[in-house]
Amino acid sequence: MPPIVKLLAQRIALGLLLLFLVSILIFVGTIILPGDVAQSILGQSATPEALANLRRDLGLNDPPVARYFAWLGGILQGDLGTALTSGQDIATAIGSRFSNTLFLAFWAAIISVPLAILLGLVAVRYKDRWPDKLISGVTLASISIPEFLIGYVVMYVIGVKLRWFPSVAMINDSMSLGEKLSAIAMPVMVLTLVVLAHMMRMTRAAILNVMQSAYIETAELKGLSGFQVIYRHAFPNAVAPIVNVVMLNLAYLVVGVVVVEVVFVYPGMGQYLVDHVSKRDVPVVQACGLIFAGVYILLNMVADIVSILSNPRLRHPK
Amino acid sequence: MSDQLLKVRGLKIGATVYPPGEKPHDIEIVHGVDFDLAKGQVLGLIGESGAGKSTIGLATMAYGRGGVEITGGEVWVNGRDILKSGLKDVRSLRGGEVTYVSQSAAASFNPAKKIMDQVVEAAVEHGKFSRKDAEERARVLFAKLGLPDPDNIGSRFPHQVSGGQLQRCMTALALCPEPDLVVFDEPTTALDVTTQIDVLMAIKEAIRDTGVAALYITHDLAVVAQVSDDIMVLKMGETVEYGTTDQIINTPKEEYTQALVSVRSIDHEEKLPGIEPVLKVQNITARYKGTNFDVLHDVSVDLFPGQTLAVVGESGSGKSTLARVITGLLPPSSGRIDFAGRTLSPDLAGRSREDLRELQMIYQMADVAMNPRQTVGTIIGRPLEFYFGLRGSEKQKRIQELLDEIELGDGFQDRYPAELSGGQKQRVCIARALAAKPKLIICDEVTSALDPLVADGILKLLLNLQKIEDVAYLFITHDLATVRAIADSIAVMYQGRVVRYGSKTDVLTPPFDDYTDLLLSSVPEMKLGWLEEVIANRKMESAGN
Repeated sequence: MPPIVKLLAQRIALGLLLLFLVSILIFVGTIILPGDVAQSILGQSATPEALANLRRDLGLNDPPVARYFAWLGGILQGDLGTALTSGQDIATAIGSRFSNTLFLAFWAAIISVPLAILLGLVAVRYKDRWPDKLISGVTLASISIPEFLIGYVVMYVIGVKLRWFPSVAMINDSMSLGEKLSAIAMPVMVLTLVVLAHMMRMTRAAILNVMQSAYIETAELKGLSGFQVIYRHAFPNAVAPIVNVVMLNLAYLVVGVVVVEVVFVYPGMGQYLVDHVSKRDVPVVQACGLIFAGVYILLNMVADIVSILSNPRLRHPK
Repeated sequence: MSDQLLKVRGLKIGATVYPPGEKPHDIEIVHGVDFDLAKGQVLGLIGESGAGKSTIGLATMAYGRGGVEITGGEVWVNGRDILKSGLKDVRSLRGGEVTYVSQSAAASFNPAKKIMDQVVEAAVEHGKFSRKDAEERARVLFAKLGLPDPDNIGSRFPHQVSGGQLQRCMTALALCPEPDLVVFDEPTTALDVTTQIDVLMAIKEAIRDTGVAALYITHDLAVVAQVSDDIMVLKMGETVEYGTTDQIINTPKEEYTQALVSVRSIDHEEKLPGIEPVLKVQNITARYKGTNFDVLHDVSVDLFPGQTLAVVGESGSGKSTLARVITGLLPPSSGRIDFAGRTLSPDLAGRSREDLRELQMIYQMADVAMNPRQTVGTIIGRPLEFYFGLRGSEKQKRIQELLDEIELGDGFQDRYPAELSGGQKQRVCIARALAAKPKLIICDEVTSALDPLVADGILKLLLNLQKIEDVAYLFITHDLATVRAIADSIAVMYQGRVVRYGSKTDVLTPPFDDYTDLLLSSVPEMKLGWLEEVIANRKMESAGN
């Protein structure tokens, strides 16, 4: 087997193993939390008989290992269980919300990733001169201000004063793509500002690191222009660290958008999760936790795979 | 002169330096240099490190490495002063009219791109050839430079070809855009002698066939004598002597040039083998973890007290691996090592403190073998404390003795490695090894990173110390001149085996085996026409076979 296939297979197997371990952790975590689901559903005035009945119906009396495998088995068949509080099927409820979250994350990524890399390249080209300092300053400032504050400022200026976009990002299936994009314009803006700095600075650092190499001097002595040297010769060798930080930020766009979703009242996963945490709805929390973990692991696995594929020594062994 | 290509007048180059403990300040590293080069001619720039050779070479492309800046003078290329040209003009010069071949092709090729893409890039970028024509030209150059499979080698990545081949690819890269001038910056220094001779011949023929002019930068006078028409000797950024190759080699006027020509003046009589060897390496076979081939095959050598065994061979021959086995860093898969009358444990963990003390090591890179944050006194004092428990004034006294032995006077105790020159650093490393009062010191390429004159000083010091301390050296090197200077016995290694072993006289006296013959005949000699002679001899031999 060529080494690269082996390495890739290893990464994928490790990712699956990690997902399995995380599922155990999520399950154990929700069990050892204090409190009783039955009690919280029925309230303080419930009779002991009613509580006992509900516990039996919910399967809370079974040993934890049996419950874990029942849960895991269900998930493998696409059954995330039913929400305790509403009795709704979780898979159905999450489905549309998750696709909303992905929709928002997708557009934020489409704008922020190329922008961050482009700004990183510009910062390298004009290192220690004003464009570099300006880019670094603005992106650092935007990452330092809490996102809810940016959210409200953006909402006030663009939504309320300028009235360019609706200030509440409600979307539904009957809207056209244009209407949806207009609705999510402001949250996308805020998310872009939040993730830009990290990716841009990593791009800058990774490329500057490569710029020390002797082959950069070779490229300069070929008479190439500053930008040609950077994107033709430096960037291909800096892909691995850049992809890693891009993937971490993409994961953040999916998993970490709770605050932005709440600020803009966006019907995504984040808000759904927050609602059900406060209601102590364990199956929903578990399902959300597992999906978030899956997104993280998947994206990091993609980052690893791209890093491996970007290494010519592995792609083309001697 | 109508065929004048390059004219340099009063070239001054400055740099910003960052000495430890001082404010950064600007210094001048090249103090007004003049030279001329006509079309199709080769000028050799020669000098020790720090002489400003590479800096001058790059200045002909209006380029300064790192904080280096051209501060004055004129550089005329094809009739215009490029120091006064705009950025756009300089760019069309770089990679178009003037190209560059660096010392380490392995580092100078972009690892992420195919060789062909890099070789034709400048030619296409400057509009000299279409992509298709440039590739065709590159293939012709690959063939001319003696690269294997010239039609397909371009589609490989740099890591897929050997160092010598890559150096030839770099030459092809420089010649592809049909430049007027190529700057060769130590193009064969990083290569083994047997590879160097082929690359040298390839470069020489390419220069002759394409009629390109060249600046050939090297610290090796014997090499530059083979390729250049004129030679300029540089020292500390100033011209020492400038003349034809014949004049510089055969009738050098300046004292410094004479020293360079007659370097390796050490005359070392070999000692007769003793009775009881201090080190007895017996049938060692070894391989690295996770690999499936042996790096050493059945290696056996003896070393007698107070003598020097030189281990010579090309890179990859297993010389350094042998050192790792003897020091216990790499336990062998079979074989035995006897040292000072006892059998050494194969791995480091099983060795006593006495074993460690009596077997010391000196490395090629002195600057990375020392902690940059410790003073020379601390560095030398450490083994004194560790092995002998010396403290206070007793330790100070011994440190001073050792510093005297390595010919570094007072005031060196409190200095940091960064404040020392390359030769001084290596001396401190020698003192550190001696501090343990060892019976054997393994010297791994200890002079290969040093300039010839400095290296000479280190070799003399080592020989002198051997007389005083009666220490044995296992001297690992690829440089046969060093071997002649220092060895009592020699082991020639090739592909993990000892192919020739015996006293210095025996090993260096014909009849030779094929490999030793190749190795010995590949060492450049300080005379004109040596290269052609060797190549012609080899051709005759292969025709005779």
